[in-house]
Amino acid sequence: MQRSLLAFAGLVAFLLIWEAAPRLGLISPLFLPPPSTLPQAFTREITGGYWLAAVLASLSHYLIGLALGTGLGVALGIATALYDRLEAVLSWVIRLLRPVPGLAWVPFAIVWFGIGEAAATFIIVIGVFWINYYAAYGAAKAIDKDLLEVADAFGHRGTWAKLVKIVLPGSTAGILSGVRTGLGQAWMAVVAAELFGVPGLGQRMIQASSLLATDVVVVYMITIAALYGLTDTVFVLIRDRLLRWQR
Amino acid sequence: MARPINNPVSDMLVDIKNLAIAYGDAPPVLAGFTTGLERGSFTAVVGPSGVGKSTLLRVLSGLTAPAAGTVEMPVKAERGRRPVALVFQEARLLPWRRVLENVAFGLEGTGLPKSERLTRARETLALVGLAEMAGRWPHQLSGGQRQRINLARALSVRPDLLLLDEPFSALDAITRQTLQDELLRLWRETRTTMLFVTHDLDEAVYLADRVILLGGKPAGIVRDFPVDLHRPRDRDTPHFTDTVRGIRAALSESVSDGAGI
Repeated sequence: MQRSLLAFAGLVAFLLIWEAAPRLGLISPLFLPPPSTLPQAFTREITGGYWLAAVLASLSHYLIGLALGTGLGVALGIATALYDRLEAVLSWVIRLLRPVPGLAWVPFAIVWFGIGEAAATFIIVIGVFWINYYAAYGAAKAIDKDLLEVADAFGHRGTWAKLVKIVLPGSTAGILSGVRTGLGQAWMAVVAAELFGVPGLGQRMIQASSLLATDVVVVYMITIAALYGLTDTVFVLIRDRLLRWQR
Repeated sequence: MARPINNPVSDMLVDIKNLAIAYGDAPPVLAGFTTGLERGSFTAVVGPSGVGKSTLLRVLSGLTAPAAGTVEMPVKAERGRRPVALVFQEARLLPWRRVLENVAFGLEGTGLPKSERLTRARETLALVGLAEMAGRWPHQLSGGQRQRINLARALSVRPDLLLLDEPFSALDAITRQTLQDELLRLWRETRTTMLFVTHDLDEAVYLADRVILLGGKPAGIVRDFPVDLHRPRDRDTPHFTDTVRGIRAALSESVSDGAGI
């Protein structure tokens, strides 16, 4: 209770300072639009129909990209953890590709997929792939060998049986911490992915910023923050359900 | 490793011949191990550390291949059963499964549908006296309760041979005694053949009909002690303490003889 009060007080103080700075003439409102101007900008965006269209378009890139990137990253992470040879074959390929930033893939995304949904989704997939790859790899590598032996002792000798009965449930906590990092990372990737003209929140932000409509930029910053807050809250509920066996 | 034999001439369940155990390319730690286990018997294996007691159980359960020798045991594929089950030293419960599903784990892949597996798990849980714990998570249990679940998981597959690897060594003295009595009751009720590895000579004499002392380098059977004390056994009778003392004497002798131990 006291914690939520403090959190609320912190937020109010933040908004007050933000509002005061441009109003007291400490900074130009163009550089920092005061929060009181935002509802107006927000209403304009909604009544113009831009807001909902952008949110829906970005949500669709986000969800598809997140699902694909997470799925592929987790699958490859677990596969390399289970098969030493695969890990050996991929070790330098991974070192080569891992440090390439998502934005560097934009030209390739355009060449391979054209300017459209698929290209945007690809950028998001890249944005969350590695986080999930390393989280799943680490979690699967850290599986308690004693539990794998229990599976052996009770007749579950095959890799598939061990995967389903021990490795996946045993690495859920580690995998989910990667997924959670990916949830935020994917929203950042959404903006990058829409920079080159794919409709969505990112594109709308770029349009507004090129017109120096900083209040509109802030409206979309807050929109993304709200969408992230929502996805993260839903995620935490699901995670706590999946990990209810933990202390 | 276990080969079917067609016509058991005696009531021997397991026939072990010239078994050798080695780690990697090192010389064997145990060699020439030959013995039989009578159906329904309770045998304890004792000996100093490093003679391969735990590895012997791993070989008998099929987790490790022996360096040499054979283990023969009649194996018939039966629904809902496994011929051999292992009770680990630490409980090794799967933390993401509730108690009931942990007990049912051993039955997965034995051809029983899920509902029957859970029914069997519930019965076995009642057998070890923890029926009311079915819905708990492993971390909510005490050490003694966890070992009971470990035991129930192995018993649920109705094994012919139950291998126990110092299952009570990490428990406090009172819990250990309770579980020893519990194990004897389960043995009487199920007539499962028991092979029990322990460091604790008192425990071996309290539980088993026969105590095999391993020692030497490479290790082998130093002596095979029959324990003919009536049950329930009383640790305070001279007969009991004499038996323990006899085994301890043979153990110290084998340790002082054994080169470099």
